[in-house]
Amino acid sequence: MKTPVTFTLNGAEAATFVEQGANLLDVLRRGVGDLSPKYGCGQGGCGACTVLIDGEPHLSCLTLAETVQDRTVDTAGGIADGPDLHPLQKAFMEGFAAQCGYCTPGMLMAAKSLLDRNPNPSREEIEEAISGNLCRCTGYEPIIDAIQTAARGRAA
Amino acid sequence: MLEVATFPTAAEAASAMTDQSRFLGGGTLVMHRVNYGDQRFNRIVRCTDPALRDIRTEGDRITIGAGATMAAIIANRDLTFLAPAARLVGGPAIRNMATVGGNLMAPHPYGDLAVALLALDGAVRLADGGEQPLADFLAARRGIVVSVTITRPAGDAFRFRKVSRVKPKGVSVMSMAAHLNRSAGRLSNVRIAYGAMGPTPIRVPAVERALEGASLDENGIAPALAAATEGLTPPDDPLASGWYRKEVAPVHLRRLLLGEDR
Repeated sequence: MKTPVTFTLNGAEAATFVEQGANLLDVLRRGVGDLSPKYGCGQGGCGACTVLIDGEPHLSCLTLAETVQDRTVDTAGGIADGPDLHPLQKAFMEGFAAQCGYCTPGMLMAAKSLLDRNPNPSREEIEEAISGNLCRCTGYEPIIDAIQTAARGRAA
Repeated sequence: MLEVATFPTAAEAASAMTDQSRFLGGGTLVMHRVNYGDQRFNRIVRCTDPALRDIRTEGDRITIGAGATMAAIIANRDLTFLAPAARLVGGPAIRNMATVGGNLMAPHPYGDLAVALLALDGAVRLADGGEQPLADFLAARRGIVVSVTITRPAGDAFRFRKVSRVKPKGVSVMSMAAHLNRSAGRLSNVRIAYGAMGPTPIRVPAVERALEGASLDENGIAPALAAATEGLTPPDDPLASGWYRKEVAPVHLRRLLLGEDR
């Protein structure tokens, strides 16, 4: 038996039917075709599937899909403004903050939730904000720099 | 095939539980098992009662709903003493999801908040109306928890420490919490709890006895350090062997008791 779920995805209404027990990540990727959040570990260790639910970071692979009924979900796929990249995306690109790119959508959403709350974070606050997101390529420094750059650009 | 059963009250959800059911709180434990194809259950039971997330203060007693998240604890002005323990659970996304009730059910080496709640003399209320000291509940882990009630510690009586190899987000090598009441320079009403030192978070009566009436200084705590792991068989896991946990526990207990910030 499938359960109907409707929610707001990146500002637009999304409606689909979900298998009993399906996680939100599966529903985003296979149900409504948003391939930006990634499946990493499936157990809450890597943060690659991070999305914002009602503005707060959540791990979509550990979220029972039907619990987002009538809520707002934002993913990395929706942060650009048409052809104009989000300041975080621009800073990640220009600062070489992505190598393989698998962690990037989760990093972007963790960083976005920080900057939405705190437009001028310290380096420690950035480290804390992305502490649930693993990156095996960059060593984190370029990512932290990029988030700082985006924050400065925004504050200016 | 997995089935999801949703109920408006915790009592209804509790009566729907079977051996093949798992109760879903924030999802960080149950959905992990679902993602890994756990065949030991075929039913997820959940409850939508918003009262499960309430945090209520009555005088010195604070009742935390089982559905309250780590983030909700950190944000609550009456729980500032507990916030440092909640902040050490997972990363920000996990803290927005993981609940107090789930933390009580978390397998080794998780359950750091439960360690703090043990030292705060937590009492658990169950969906069937029953109440239990938290230590008793943890020993059997039966029933659906509705809330945990703790007593606000006086001044700096409450201490918490989590030992992990990665910062700011790392899994426990061990965690420790202490409630240290002092009157006329002597300790009384001492409660000590450990996490990742047994199959569940535990109270440590041998250390509590050794500290009762002692002074909180190097000499006063020496017998407690000697008894730090009495009767314990900490588990081996990829983070640390049980032998290592036993060896270093007195060091961390000393730092916890003397407030050495390392």
